[in-house]
Amino acid sequence: MAAPAPSPAPSSDADVFIELRGIHKSFGKQEILSGIDLTLKHGETLCIIGPSGEGKTVTMKHIIGLIRPDSGDVFVGGMHVNKLKERQMAPIRQKVSMLFQGAALFDRMTVEENVAFPLIESGVRDKAEIKRRVLEALEAVDLAEHLGKYPTALSGGMRKRTGIARAIICRNECILYDEPNSGLDPIGSDIIDQMILRMQKRFGVTSIIVTHDMRSIFKIANRVAMLYRGKIHFLGTPDEIRASPDPIVQDFINGRSDVTC
Amino acid sequence: MDATGLLTLPGRVFFHFLSYLGQLAALAGELMIALRSGVWRLKLVAQQIVAIGYGSQGVVIVTGAFTGAVFTFQSYAKFKEFGFETTVGAVVSVALCRELGPVLAGLMVAGRVGAAMAADIGTMKVTEQVDALRVMGVHPVDYLVLPRFLAMMISMPFLVAESISFGLIASYMVTSFGYDMPSAWYLTHMIDHTNMEDLSIGMIKGFVFGMIITLISCHQGLAAENGAVGVGLGTTNAVVISSLVLLIVNFFLSILLNYVFPIGTV
Repeated sequence: MAAPAPSPAPSSDADVFIELRGIHKSFGKQEILSGIDLTLKHGETLCIIGPSGEGKTVTMKHIIGLIRPDSGDVFVGGMHVNKLKERQMAPIRQKVSMLFQGAALFDRMTVEENVAFPLIESGVRDKAEIKRRVLEALEAVDLAEHLGKYPTALSGGMRKRTGIARAIICRNECILYDEPNSGLDPIGSDIIDQMILRMQKRFGVTSIIVTHDMRSIFKIANRVAMLYRGKIHFLGTPDEIRASPDPIVQDFINGRSDVTC
Repeated sequence: MDATGLLTLPGRVFFHFLSYLGQLAALAGELMIALRSGVWRLKLVAQQIVAIGYGSQGVVIVTGAFTGAVFTFQSYAKFKEFGFETTVGAVVSVALCRELGPVLAGLMVAGRVGAAMAADIGTMKVTEQVDALRVMGVHPVDYLVLPRFLAMMISMPFLVAESISFGLIASYMVTSFGYDMPSAWYLTHMIDHTNMEDLSIGMIKGFVFGMIITLISCHQGLAAENGAVGVGLGTTNAVVISSLVLLIVNFFLSILLNYVFPIGTV
């Protein structure tokens, strides 16, 4: 009888924080990811771009264990994410936080309660400390004056910024942002970009950003990955993507369609 | 549907049913793990007691009272034909304690609270709030299901007791003011023929129905998908499935409890 295959091990490179190996994922008969390989080092900022429906958010949700791959392996901080049960995910989720596309704020809580929630759940009980950190997080997204409002009383952009404040408050090692700039005006968008840069420079936070905002990419990314037809079509620095001769890449970053009127 | 589809339909329905039972069992298992963890979030439990227990009192009291009243009104006339009208209090009391009180309270709570649970959790699911909980290291069963379950377990005995009590008060008023029956007859027969076993059956049924409503409704919420349409469907399913399961379980539970607390020789 053949010996069982050895369990896959994470990369031996200590700098590698996130590793995706051969990720395949289908929903029903539709294959979304057909073999994604990606590595991310500590403190790196990676922007994921690509046409809508190509699996950018799905890729991101694999990293934090919200979705499990049909095949392939996900490693975060040396832990094999897709081998863990839901109740064993706590160490991963202490390292990684996420901003959702629609912010996913809790309707029954005020802005202050929403932002304080992850802090309280992580075990912080000192009320003064909670208040100070909530204010600090909200000031970073220019929302300190809206503490007592409920999500329904906020604009789309304000909800998104509250979601960002909630994602950064625990100072996790890695933050996943799903379209942080969508629905924001150019100034609001720049505030978020500056905040992401600050998080990287001051705290060495690793960031993955799904975005369609090309200006942001050239401002904040160390590397850019373009998803196309379920695979990583391009992976390189912002300068490399700008200089890429690939017509699919150029059409995407310059917003050109081949549809004629 | 073609001939093959028609032939395989019973099999598919059966496997769908088994799969549903499996999902409910898995949720019950997670709930037990959450219970054993000891992290009960008492503030959330208190909020749910207000929503489930305090908020359901009106509907449970009105249902219990008018059922007691109409049951008395209908049975009194018939009993009088046989000269048994003084036993109305005993019959209504035993029926309310053993069957009508818990079943009516359960059905009302399934309609009011089950729908709210499924809609609340379902909306959180389709707007990614449940995923947000998971991302923050909070298990959805610990945060959303356990407080509702504990609140239901605390509230249901009180709601069943209210349903029975107001049913009896209404019944007493119908016989005393509607038919001029001496109240001593009514009360004496009621007290003589109603015992702790009858009340225990009502309370046990209340607990079981509370468990059924919470499990089914929370499962419908957690399984919701496809936006508002999915939430609507989950809410409807929560009420329909909870009510039907409650009535079916009540029959078998009555037989089982009759062995433990016999009402008489069958």
